Amino acid sequence: MDEVSVRISSDLDLVRAREQGRVLAGQLGFTQSDLTLVATAISELARNIVRYARRGEIVLRQAEDGGVPGIVIIARDEGPGIPDVNRAMEPGYSTAGGLGLGLPGVRRIMDKFEIVSEVNRGTVVTVTKWKR
Amino acid sequence: MAVPILKQGPFLIASIQSALTDTDLVQLRDALVGQVGSYRSRGVIVDVTALDVLDSFASRTLRDLAHMVRLRGAETVIVGIQPEVAFTMVRLGLTLEGVATALDLEEGLFYLDQKLRSTQQEG
Ligand SMILES: Nc1ncnc2c1ncn2[C@@H]1O[C@H](COP(=O)(O)OP(=O)(O)OP(=O)(O)O)[C@@H](O)[C@H]1O
Ligand SMILES: [Mg+2]
Repeated sequence: MDEVSVRISSDLDLVRAREQGRVLAGQLGFTQSDLTLVATAISELARNIVRYARRGEIVLRQAEDGGVPGIVIIARDEGPGIPDVNRAMEPGYSTAGGLGLGLPGVRRIMDKFEIVSEVNRGTVVTVTKWKR
Repeated sequence: MAVPILKQGPFLIASIQSALTDTDLVQLRDALVGQVGSYRSRGVIVDVTALDVLDSFASRTLRDLAHMVRLRGAETVIVGIQPEVAFTMVRLGLTLEGVATALDLEEGLFYLDQKLRSTQQEG
C-alpha cells in the first residue's frame, strides 16, 4: 500500500505536502477539481500544524472501498491539542485571528472527517476523499 | 521566492509564477502596499493564474492586500483565479468580499483603466 509521510515544520513544507497530495491523487485518477480540493485540504491541515503545534507530519495513504480508490490524509502533531473540539469546528472560530474556516472547510470538502485531540498531547485529523 | 512586480504606467502588475509560501505572499502584500507609494500608482493587478490553491490564509492575505492598497488611494484587482480554485473556494466558504476580480490580465487592465478614467472625470 502506497504511503508517503511529509514532515511539517515550516511554510515551505506546506507547499511540499500539497504537491505530494496532488501527485498521489493524480495517480489515482482524481479529476482536476478534486485534486484542487485535496491540495487545499492538505494546505489547511498542514498550516494548522505549523501555526499551533510548530511541527508534525502529514501522512498520505491510498485507500480503496469496493473498487473505488481514495486518498486518506492524516495530519498529526504532538502540540498543545484543542480544549474544545466542537468549538474549533464552528465556522469563524479562531484563536489566532484567522478566518476560522480551516477545519470546518476541510470537513465540507472531504468525504470523511475525523478529529481526535487531547490537551498537551496533540491532535490527529484524518480525512478521506474518494474518487468520483 | 520573490514575485516580480512590473510597473506599467500608473499600474503595478504582480504576476505570481509558481506556488507561493505564506511568507512569500505576505512579502508580496507588503511590497505592493509600499510600492504604491513610491511609484504613486493608481492600481494594482495581482495575477494568480499560477496558484493551484487559494486557501483561507491566501484569501485573507489577498483581501488584506486590497484593503491596504485602497487605504493608500489605489485600486486592486485579482486576476486569473482558475475554475477549480474558484470551485474550491466556494465549497470552503471563502470569499474575496470587497475585492475586485477579473478573468485575466487584459480584463484587469481594462477594469483599472475605466476606474482611473471615471475618477479623472469626477475630479
Ligand atoms: N493542530 C492543532 N493544534 C492545536 N490547535 C488547533 C490545531 N488545529 C486547529 N486548532 C485550533 O482550532 C481553531 C480553529 O482552526 P481552523 O483551522 O478552523 O481556523 P484557524 O486556523 O484559526 O483560521 P484559518 O484556518 O481560517 O486561517 C484554531 O484557531 C486553533 O485554536
Ligand atoms: Mg486553520
